[in-house]
Amino acid sequence: MNFPSDRTWLWMAAALYAVAFITSTTSMLRSKGRSHGLLLGLVIFGVMSQTVGLYLRGMEGGGCPVRNTFEVVQFVVWSVTLFYVVVGTAFRVSLLGYFTSGLAVAMSIVSLSIHSWDAQARPPVFGGVPWIEVHASFGLIAYGAFGTLAITSLMFLLQTFSLKQKHLRGLFAFLPPIVALEGINFRLLLTGLVVLTISIAVGGHYYRQDPESISGTKLVVATAVWFAYMAALALRLRRILVSATLAWTCLVLFGFALISLGPISRHREASTTAAPQDSNATGVRP
Amino acid sequence: MSVGPPVRLFALGASHHLTPLEIRERFAVAPEKLPSLYEQLRATPGVREALVLNTCNRFEIYTVLEGHDSDALLESSLCDFQKVEPSEFARHRFVLRDGAAVGHLLAVASGIDSQIVGETEIFGQVKSAYSHAITHGTVGPVLNRMVQKCFQAAKHIRSSTPIGEGQISVASVSVDLTEKIFGPLAGCRVLVLGTGDVGEKTAKAMHSRGAGTITVLSRSLDRAKVLGGAIKASAGLLERLPEALAEHDIIVGSTSTTTPLVTGTMVRRLMRSRKLRPLFFIDLGIPRNFDASLAHVVSVFLYDLDDLARIADQNLAARRAAVDRCRRLVDEKAARIWEGIEPRLGHQAPLETSRELQTRRQVV
Repeated sequence: MNFPSDRTWLWMAAALYAVAFITSTTSMLRSKGRSHGLLLGLVIFGVMSQTVGLYLRGMEGGGCPVRNTFEVVQFVVWSVTLFYVVVGTAFRVSLLGYFTSGLAVAMSIVSLSIHSWDAQARPPVFGGVPWIEVHASFGLIAYGAFGTLAITSLMFLLQTFSLKQKHLRGLFAFLPPIVALEGINFRLLLTGLVVLTISIAVGGHYYRQDPESISGTKLVVATAVWFAYMAALALRLRRILVSATLAWTCLVLFGFALISLGPISRHREASTTAAPQDSNATGVRP
Repeated sequence: MSVGPPVRLFALGASHHLTPLEIRERFAVAPEKLPSLYEQLRATPGVREALVLNTCNRFEIYTVLEGHDSDALLESSLCDFQKVEPSEFARHRFVLRDGAAVGHLLAVASGIDSQIVGETEIFGQVKSAYSHAITHGTVGPVLNRMVQKCFQAAKHIRSSTPIGEGQISVASVSVDLTEKIFGPLAGCRVLVLGTGDVGEKTAKAMHSRGAGTITVLSRSLDRAKVLGGAIKASAGLLERLPEALAEHDIIVGSTSTTTPLVTGTMVRRLMRSRKLRPLFFIDLGIPRNFDASLAHVVSVFLYDLDDLARIADQNLAARRAAVDRCRRLVDEKAARIWEGIEPRLGHQAPLETSRELQTRRQVV
């Protein structure tokens, strides 16, 4: 029997996230209480399955599997779920795993269903430059933190809505306290920004060595994402951007960060076509 | 093989289901009389084991009896002790045997037989009754196993069903909402305006859940001090309200007033200095203490008596909806517990006399 293909592993991961999301939803709607252990177990198996799938693609491409939009989205999903498993559980936030699995299943299924995202795979982009590997992996971990931040921001807005509108039953009954979510949002914003700063700093170091390898579009988009999150943090520290405004900002910023992957990905495709032999010229800047 | 007299599990009592309050009052045993009741049970022929559950809503005795007419003897002994006519007792009491008695104790301990469905206090009361019975040396292998297994099963039923979920009093609902906004109350500052009955209960509930700082303001300093003393809160006059507002996170209003004590304009100004840190207003006053426009201010949450009562009603309805599921679990688990204790009924030793018990305690 053949070893399952990378897409099979990625579909399995999506299925595990879906089972985690559906079982949690049904048990909450039936007021049976939530099984945190079951949810965490399913998400861990999902991450493992996705890791195998991405590993197979990495082996096939001879580098980090971020060679097209499909792989980038899968990598972001992997980063968000891994962030939940490794760091998120320490926050002890009720429903964080539930929302993470929801986001993971939505993004996984969309990326697996749109075949054009995976129609072409570029040659390995990193070659033998470890700085770019560090830059890309830190960038994706930062996206994991920002993805989790988007989830906790959504939870904050839902909890505020439920308390304002006095709808406290069903899913709303399980949401964590507003003040706890505000604290977590701040910590995630700080964590994501620190990691993204390291990624940008490493990328900047490489850029100084080889300015030709990075296009202006990519540079502007990556810097804009960093500046936007930096501004959000600065305003939060001065308590100008707080409460629901901060939550909405974090949601919009994550959407912007995800959309920014498109131009970055297109830029890489273009630069790969232009200089297919020069692997250093196709560095990933998510 | 010799066949001895029958040994069986037998429960009788009166509870809020069948017995009106004025009759229950006469059946109830004062705590100081409980040792005498246990002495009487010990002296009643055929009583092998006994446990008395005596709360404001129920008076029940769980026993292991030996002999054909021991149940009648027990009932007669009890009426004698309570000075109640046997015919009157017979009209109001219930009698349960064997597996049904187990099922009843389990339903009671789970809270599904309570007047306020799903309340948790009853579990502690059953534990306390068991502890008294142990002290009086009236529980043996059958009741020990039955009660302990019922405790385990009751905990399972409570945790696996929504029977105990959601608060059903205005005070507890208020505290639950506070925790949904602020999390643990240890770091929260509570301001109580007025000393009305519901406000007092809410302040006490906040105190019992560990609220960090509580301040009571009232038009009468004496009344504020009385309530403040009961909950370790500082007390002051209501005139201090404007500056006190800025120092607290949760404002409980229960004064009688014709105009709102706090308006939307006051709170909008306050929220700027609080940098939008959440502020929770609990309005327990009629007429209302806080202007309804507060609800529209960002990061401000306002709940009045109607809101809290509606949530309490919804929670109670959810608990009642869970009763059928709990009953099925009770039947299933009671049958299993009964299977485990039935064989023990055949190996019963008589209860020790009080003198023997005292001697044994001295030896120990």
